[in-house]
Amino acid sequence: MAEPLFRMARAEALRIVHLDSFVAVFHRSSGLTHLLAAPAPEIMATLGEAGLTRVALAEKLVADFDLEDLDDAALAERLDELVACGLVAAA
Amino acid sequence: MRHVFSVRIGPVGFRVGSTWRTPIEQLEALYANYPRPEVPDFSVRLFPARPWRQFIRPSVTIGGDFMLPDALPLPLAQGLLAAEMGMNLQMALGQRRYLLLHASVVERDGKALLMSGISGAGKSTLSALLSARGWRFMGDEFALIDPETGLLHAFPRLVSLKNAAIDVVTNALPDARFGPLLAGTPKGDIRHLVPDASAVAAMDTPVPPALLLFPSYGFEADERLVPLSEVFVRLTQASTNYVALGERGFDALARLVKTVPARAIDYPDTDSAVKQIEKLWAAL
Repeated sequence: MAEPLFRMARAEALRIVHLDSFVAVFHRSSGLTHLLAAPAPEIMATLGEAGLTRVALAEKLVADFDLEDLDDAALAERLDELVACGLVAAA
Repeated sequence: MRHVFSVRIGPVGFRVGSTWRTPIEQLEALYANYPRPEVPDFSVRLFPARPWRQFIRPSVTIGGDFMLPDALPLPLAQGLLAAEMGMNLQMALGQRRYLLLHASVVERDGKALLMSGISGAGKSTLSALLSARGWRFMGDEFALIDPETGLLHAFPRLVSLKNAAIDVVTNALPDARFGPLLAGTPKGDIRHLVPDASAVAAMDTPVPPALLLFPSYGFEADERLVPLSEVFVRLTQASTNYVALGERGFDALARLVKTVPARAIDYPDTDSAVKQIEKLWAAL
């Protein structure tokens, strides 16, 4: 079975405002406002609308943000949270 | 209803109906300088919970287009407070045209100062004291932000002064008009101050916001910058209709937070607060 792809919610479904270390995101589908702290905005931006598998996402985060290592379990939890609130879609 | 009063406060028209004459007479006297609305936006009804409570220990139930099901009635002696609470309730639960922030607002040089904080932070008192020093009073309860323009619209209803604030403001504004002292209300003693004529005359002129303050009373004088994310969260909590407005509310709030500087100030007494505010304003 192919690895599932994770995609950021469609750009037109979101309003994103960068505040300080937090990012305010209005999710049009639910009408909810989310205040996100790192690494959630970075995960969304890295996934983009094209989407990545979990493994590819981890590799790209390590490369883009010069991370020495990455806690796979923590990343999986963050990803699950973003899926649960609709900001990321799993396909 | 037998007794009826209509008033326009800023952009909002109210119609207050009452079983009793007294609250309506008090409203007519205190809002004498205000215009009447062509068509009211909201209705408030003051009525007895049971027919006999019109006469025996008369108590006023607050009703209207929007109601709180478990609101306790007030004694008839506090009928004016019931009317004011009823009008506030319609705004808090029914207003959709403007983003509402629980804040007092004053204006100087065509720009608005917003003060938001918990009950007891001094929002009403400070707005009344600043109005005695040449600021235009725009409201002590709700800041009305137009999501289209980002401008603040005045809502200069009667200023609700509580407990110690009554003497402070009476001394600062000896020539002002006040309502009757309402003793022993659920919020302690309350007395309403009538905004001065200039506040009413200019109430149809909206202005852009220029400074956001979060005052706290009872501490040594201090001030600090408030991070944007904290301002955002505080103001969503201070808004009565942020969720109801959906995306328009988000956009209006984000614009306010991103464009208007915010400070938290601690103050030990009102004289100190006024000095701190004037200083911050001058430094803008």
